[in-house]
Amino acid sequence: MANSESKEYWRWTESRWTNPDLDWKNGEIISAGVDVGSVSTQSVVMVDGEIYCYANMRTGSDSPDSANKSMKWALDGTELPLDNIEYAVGTGYGRVNVPFAKRAITEIACHARGANFMYGPTIRTVLDMGGQDCKAIRCDHRGKVTAFLMNDKCAAGTGRGMEVFADLLQVHINEVGQMSLVDEEPEPVSSTCVVFAKSEAVALLRKGWSKDNVLAAYCGAMAHRVVTLLERLGVEDDFAITGGIAKNIGVVSRIEKELKVTAPEPSIDPQLAGAIGGALFGKALVEKASKK
Amino acid sequence: MKANYGYKDGSGEFYITIDTELCDGCTRCVEACPEKVLEVVENELDPLAEELVARVTDEHRKKIKYSCAPCKPTTGPINLPCVQSCEPGAISHSW
Repeated sequence: MANSESKEYWRWTESRWTNPDLDWKNGEIISAGVDVGSVSTQSVVMVDGEIYCYANMRTGSDSPDSANKSMKWALDGTELPLDNIEYAVGTGYGRVNVPFAKRAITEIACHARGANFMYGPTIRTVLDMGGQDCKAIRCDHRGKVTAFLMNDKCAAGTGRGMEVFADLLQVHINEVGQMSLVDEEPEPVSSTCVVFAKSEAVALLRKGWSKDNVLAAYCGAMAHRVVTLLERLGVEDDFAITGGIAKNIGVVSRIEKELKVTAPEPSIDPQLAGAIGGALFGKALVEKASKK
Repeated sequence: MKANYGYKDGSGEFYITIDTELCDGCTRCVEACPEKVLEVVENELDPLAEELVARVTDEHRKKIKYSCAPCKPTTGPINLPCVQSCEPGAISHSW
């Protein structure tokens, strides 16, 4: 019993990867992006604008420490020394606390640039569903921001909100999306606040609702919340979602249904978008400096 | 670029929109605002550019409903000093 109680249902899978087709020794510009978010930290190292290695892990209580740890993990086994990275960019909530970064760039610019790299130049609207905020971004074919809107006043519609629900219902976070796909869509719970939504969910469970239905009601609420944000900004095709929630089919499919658009399947972990954007800006800044 | 600074909560939507294509970084709005809500800084959303543009300070971003309230009487015409001081017309309020 004690064992099942201590299980961390919210804990998503951390990962790292090295590109077997690239050798950093042959590269001209080695740049890096470190996205220190409120919930997760990603480090991406790029060789001439191609992903060489990355790490995606949970942010601890100490931003500089998280940045160092994730970069160390990304470089693990590659024999690439940290000093060989020509330009590192810090982004995300803890961007000013990346010790080895030459510059901090806001995650809005980085996510647009990252989505442009991941999904191609036809992307015009990016929804970043992060750990504790949610951003709607419009961008042009180069991934340059043309308009944005951010909600960071509360955790409704964020990854942290989903973690709270995974924990409450004792469903692993990776399975929440699939489980929420019920035949008959229930009325959504409160979309204004995670704490209220949680109390509503507790009441629904007491009434005898199944876990699937409660998750469906929450995913529906979360989708509705971000759709109102997107509608204020206006949605232009193509549309893509970045951040951890992009892996949650329950929320993604409901957003697609409400907006009548389709978001492409991510080929790379969508949590990496910010760090990829940062690394691309690092490369662009090196090129800009050498032109002067 | 249309940069929206503000938030949406249970009481409504509160956004100040700054059109960075129109903003020339003249700082007149910064001087006009009695609550010091605005500042002129490097355009953080376009890291490769070097022009200065206006934005809402981090200090006020999450409470602009209250910061801007003194300029928005509940009756009579609303003449916002920031909007009026902006010659290119780059600033607008959503509420």
